[in-house]
Amino acid sequence: MNGGPSSTYFTVSPEWGWLITLYFFFGGLAGGAYFLAALIDFFGQPEDRPLARLGYYISFPCVIMSGFLLVIDLHRPLRFWHMLIASNTFQPMFKYWSPMSAGSWALFIFGIFSFLSFFGALAESDRLRWSAAGRLRPPGVIATVLALVGGLCGFYVAGYTGVLLAVTNRPIWSDTPLLGMLFIVSAASTSVALLILLAERAGWTMPGLAALHRMDIYVLGLELIVLIAVVVSLGPVWRAWLNLWGLLLGTIIVLGMLFPLALNWRKDWLGDFNVTATAALVLIGGFLLRIVIVFSSEGI
Amino acid sequence: MAEPMGFYTDTTVCIGCKACEVACKEWNQLPSTNGGVNTLSGDSYDNTRKLDGIHWRHVKFIEQFTETRQDGRWLLMSDVCKHCVHAACLEVCPTGAITRTEFDTVVIQSDACNGCRDCIAACPFGVIDINPVSGTAQKCTLCYDRLQSGMEPACSKACPTSSIQFGTIRELRSRAQQRLDQLHQAGEKRAYLYGADEKILGGLNSFYLLVDKPEVYGLPPDPKMPTRNLTSASLFSILGAVLVGFIGMVNFRNRGGRAHEETQL
Repeated sequence: MNGGPSSTYFTVSPEWGWLITLYFFFGGLAGGAYFLAALIDFFGQPEDRPLARLGYYISFPCVIMSGFLLVIDLHRPLRFWHMLIASNTFQPMFKYWSPMSAGSWALFIFGIFSFLSFFGALAESDRLRWSAAGRLRPPGVIATVLALVGGLCGFYVAGYTGVLLAVTNRPIWSDTPLLGMLFIVSAASTSVALLILLAERAGWTMPGLAALHRMDIYVLGLELIVLIAVVVSLGPVWRAWLNLWGLLLGTIIVLGMLFPLALNWRKDWLGDFNVTATAALVLIGGFLLRIVIVFSSEGI
Repeated sequence: MAEPMGFYTDTTVCIGCKACEVACKEWNQLPSTNGGVNTLSGDSYDNTRKLDGIHWRHVKFIEQFTETRQDGRWLLMSDVCKHCVHAACLEVCPTGAITRTEFDTVVIQSDACNGCRDCIAACPFGVIDINPVSGTAQKCTLCYDRLQSGMEPACSKACPTSSIQFGTIRELRSRAQQRLDQLHQAGEKRAYLYGADEKILGGLNSFYLLVDKPEVYGLPPDPKMPTRNLTSASLFSILGAVLVGFIGMVNFRNRGGRAHEETQL
């Protein structure tokens, strides 16, 4: 750069707006909730199985929502399949070095895993009368492979979006390699918050819920560290946040990370409302974080 | 494969007539803006303002005048897609719509593009944009259809001062070097070539002779490939996944341990 302006400032905006921001949020929830469900399946106790099922119930609708948002964001939505199949040769279209190409495949494959696990969870809870579908729930080889590979795909879906932003030439996005890491950790924190919120509102008291509460603290702490690392890694470009976006980012840090951490520490501050407020703040903070990341660059 | 073809643009002889813009629009049947009603920028003779999906050529007017406007100069530059040897747009395009032709130029196939806009975010020069008529990303094709018929691109054909020159890259580099030597001998020491060698993205098949810093012309001083971040961003993401997985396992295993201890008691 030799002291001149960052070369990323000579590019133009792709106009990835609200639809993409929503996709980043729901994609994160889809991947994060699946990963948590798989984690509970592997390391939880029998009483935790409803909690795992809840994760799969969250994941699949979020995958559907993600696909829908991505398709309608295209300027030619009916050509969405060009992401997977080359339109002139009808051969598979895959470029491992293009995060959008690899991510399209990942979302498609993850969608299948998410659907199967959703199906299995329905069968296990007797909402679906088909005994064969019970094999999709652990223990068992099929269910184990499903949860393991699906959980890894979930991580990919939650994180590739940050890598996608980094593999551009846009200001902020391509000025740090840490957005993928931030999105993965944020996907975990928002998914933990949503699982806790729904489980507590249902009045569940299984032991896995206490583990999720503890996990919430560590993941939020990690998210805060990664976010600070993102700001530092931007170098001189961090000044792009010396505006309302920076103010919003500061608000997210205080109300979406530090305050929920404090509420986890002092559980009596808000009485019965404590758990709901903590989870809601983390979820809103996670969504606003994506708004800041996407729109602060779009505005340059 | 034919020999690589491209443009050499000598900005010192551009007179800002915009014949290239008109020729490009006419040949490629690009629509007008604002329903054909002329919209003036109000602060410049440049009313095109930028390259986008319906402006594949753009003559930039850069005014360098003193406060009193008693001294100064115009810098004029006909901007276009650089048809980079290492093309960022082609690299990231997830549909395969962007291809490299037998002339070493870079072309977007409109019938394959689905308007995802990844190429717009990737292009280090801000060249590509969506054409509102087709709903696809579009930019200069270096008149691929004319090249296939043995014709030269419409813009260079129309240029009255030979500011835009078309030919093989080898020939154009030779011509550009001669012109550069001539300018240096005449005392214009600020003149230099931008993108004529491999230093910028492996070489630009549309390169320039400039007389000021690249950023003055709206060109990035140090354009890079978007995939420069792919490995590092992927590794940090994996690290994030490992850390989250570790946190999850530790907390669920701790709970299991504690439950076991409580049972023992």
